[in-house]
Amino acid sequence: MPDFPTPDLSHLTRADFRNVYEPAEDTFLLMDAIEEHPRINLDDDRQRGRDWPSVCLEIGSGSGCVSTFVAKVVGRSNALFLTTDVNPHAARATRRTGEKNEVTLDPVVTDLASALLPRLRHSVDLLIFNPPYVPTESAEVASPLPAPLFSISASWAGGVDGREVVDRFLPFADELLAPEGVFLMVLLEDNAPEEIIREVRERWGWTGRRVKERRAGRERLVIVEFVSGGDAHAG
Amino acid sequence: MRLITHNMLQCPVKGCSKDNFPLRIEDAEIENADADFNPQFLKRMLDRIAWGALVQTSFSLGVAKLPESPGDPNDDEFLQTLHHVLLETRVKEGRMVCNGCGHVYPIREGIPNMLLQENEV
Repeated sequence: MPDFPTPDLSHLTRADFRNVYEPAEDTFLLMDAIEEHPRINLDDDRQRGRDWPSVCLEIGSGSGCVSTFVAKVVGRSNALFLTTDVNPHAARATRRTGEKNEVTLDPVVTDLASALLPRLRHSVDLLIFNPPYVPTESAEVASPLPAPLFSISASWAGGVDGREVVDRFLPFADELLAPEGVFLMVLLEDNAPEEIIREVRERWGWTGRRVKERRAGRERLVIVEFVSGGDAHAG
Repeated sequence: MRLITHNMLQCPVKGCSKDNFPLRIEDAEIENADADFNPQFLKRMLDRIAWGALVQTSFSLGVAKLPESPGDPNDDEFLQTLHHVLLETRVKEGRMVCNGCGHVYPIREGIPNMLLQENEV
């Protein structure tokens, strides 16, 4: 598989990173999972005949680093790279990071995937979410409403067990994923990934597995891959 | 905001279920930005595009004329026109208005803002 460099973020300053999550270990682990994914990163022969994914969607794109990386690996003209973020600063950073790295990302300021449904119903081939997963008080979790003052804690505060935003999003993921779609999500060991994998298998019949793990300080990061069902899922 | 993105956006206001797509674009500042022409990608996207909405929107903005129904996916001229409308035409500034409930969604620096107020969620 070809290697891809980390996207150039030199256009973003300290001031930007006061309002937008700065790429960290979780971001890099997610990019590693993308680079090592056998359906996303193809060798040159298969890249020429690529017919998947057509629609990529990243929820909570922050700096735009991950979706830029996806566009580089998939090929910038081979798919639509939609992103959402509830934070307008992040949406702007995402657009600029795409431009800086000569790919086009299509950011939307919205709560999770709101406004993209029902149009994207069962149409997203590659779904990516690095959620706010840090266990915190519920009160710290981002509001889906426009905040008078954006707080950077919204980019990581995950509420009880770090699961509040993850659990709110999962039903939308089921609506969004195309048949045999791939959903990559960042979790902590503290979020009980095995429990989430079991729950979504029982609810929607997805296949879930850990694809990457790494210790980062006191946290243990896990990248989980879900693959939605085939034909039974469609319609 | 490229028109392909606009084609994916529906009014998210709770209870707004009529005339909520496509959102009407107003006071638009349009710009064009070159994109790589990829006929294979366009063909794959054809069945994910809401065609009537795209035709209506491109007409209202006065950009290239699209046929009333999708053309032959092997017709290069049709694909070139579709490419230009979907992927090269952008709304830099302006707003989208829901024809159903009248909600206004601003477009600033090329980015649509779909956030709602508390009583609309």
